[in-house]
Amino acid sequence: MADTAEKLIVKKLNAYFNKHHALHDVTLSFADKRVAAIIGPSGCGKSTLVRCLNRMHEVVPGARANGEVLLDGENIYGDDIDPVQVRRRIGMVFQKPTPFPTMSIEDNVAAGLTLNGASISRAERDQIVERSLRQAALWEEVKDRLRRPGASLSGGQQQRLCVARALAVKPEVLLMDEPCSALDPISTARIEELLLELKAEFTIVIVTHNMQQAARCSDMTAFMYTGNLIEYGETKQIFTNPTRRETEDYITGRFG
Amino acid sequence: MAAGVIGIGRETSYRYRKFKSDFMMTVTVGATILTLIPLFLVLGYLLTKGFSSVNWAFFTHMPAPVGEPGGGMANAIVGTLEVVGIAILIGVPIGVGAGLYLASHRADTFANTVRFCADVMMGVPSIVVGIFAYAVVVRPMGGFSTLAGSVALAAIMIPLVTRTTEEMVVLVPPELREASLALGVPQWKTTLAIVARTALAGIATGVILAVARVAGETAPLLFTSFGNRFWSTSLFHPINTLTVQVYTYAISPFADWQRQAWAGALVLTALVLALELGVRWVTGGSAKAAK
Repeated sequence: MADTAEKLIVKKLNAYFNKHHALHDVTLSFADKRVAAIIGPSGCGKSTLVRCLNRMHEVVPGARANGEVLLDGENIYGDDIDPVQVRRRIGMVFQKPTPFPTMSIEDNVAAGLTLNGASISRAERDQIVERSLRQAALWEEVKDRLRRPGASLSGGQQQRLCVARALAVKPEVLLMDEPCSALDPISTARIEELLLELKAEFTIVIVTHNMQQAARCSDMTAFMYTGNLIEYGETKQIFTNPTRRETEDYITGRFG
Repeated sequence: MAAGVIGIGRETSYRYRKFKSDFMMTVTVGATILTLIPLFLVLGYLLTKGFSSVNWAFFTHMPAPVGEPGGGMANAIVGTLEVVGIAILIGVPIGVGAGLYLASHRADTFANTVRFCADVMMGVPSIVVGIFAYAVVVRPMGGFSTLAGSVALAAIMIPLVTRTTEEMVVLVPPELREASLALGVPQWKTTLAIVARTALAGIATGVILAVARVAGETAPLLFTSFGNRFWSTSLFHPINTLTVQVYTYAISPFADWQRQAWAGALVLTALVLALELGVRWVTGGSAKAAK
């Protein structure tokens, strides 16, 4: 793969929770407009890795990270980089749906814009809300009740609302930390379809416990274990012909 | 329960458990009624004793001299509103700010010290708080004043508001805060627009409770705002308040004044009740949205 197609390059990334060393010298890169899945057993550092990619790791007290993460060649851990600006370019969807309970559906979608003081007209705002909800495949279901509370939606709809909210600020990269673990199979399928549509425009990194999900919707797969990146490669190769013994044990369910 | 008579054994044990359940239910309902009896007795007594003396003049007239019938507590009603109002202006921003700080820095040594001090302050007798306000406001300013009374009441409100704010903010799921930060919203904006906003109904309830508590305080006002037989709304002069006026009238030997004291107590209670209903109505919308 040519160097120019790499959207995010991670070099020797180490992360800590107080004294606990959670990530060890992780080096890998994420290609532009591709879906990368990160798999591995609980506690292996998958979530920590994605949270390091938009500097969300450090918002937990006692957590810190060092190393380099290059977004279009610029190190987001550089001295003069404002983490707030990084998070506007690299959006995130979490495990549990988190619509803001005091806001309506449309206010939730526009939250990233209004809270950041964007001066946009009502018409522009409506346009962004509609575009984001369409991208998140939620528009048809909610277009008649945009003023209802975000919390009035079902769990799967709430998660797509969170995707729409993340997309409304026009990020370049979308990080998803086990976005389907609180959803039923039908809602999960909707999110997976969505991933395949979104990769036309965004670089996506998804953490998942579900290996079938990684196999179905990712182009590249990373396998992590005890804070180390064990293997990273084309999804097809990882699942059919892994080079490392640990990877093979994990994907065949022979682990531990 | 012998193994051979499982059916019967289970039946008796179910009856026994049902009896225990009903018994405990009776005890708890009884305790609730016992709790409510004094409340209704106080309210009922207040209404019967005070209602006959509450009339239009009570709200519009000044206190009458001894022996002169009629008169009212116009200055005391305005005074209570002013002293409590200024106490809210001083106490709520400080209390809410400190509560937000405590909630976002739970484990810091400084936060633990502040939390401990707030808890201790809540237990300090209100007359001691009055002495504090006397020392820091009345003495330096050379006299009793509205401001001194408000400072005393604010000092009582601050720890209450701080602790309820902290408790309400801690209840906000941390995921909401992270979701906002991940949208690129700065920390201060996240704290105000998402975290505090989500906890608003709870914070407002804490503020009402603190206001209701201080509106009924007499002791800390005795040597701060002092009392005034005349009309005054100045910040820097003594001012009359319902509680001090009720206290003065209630211990007087004159029947007229004692009747006025009942009326004053009734109006004070109604004022606090109206305040609570008012804030509940205002925050009602957001309380519903939060569910």
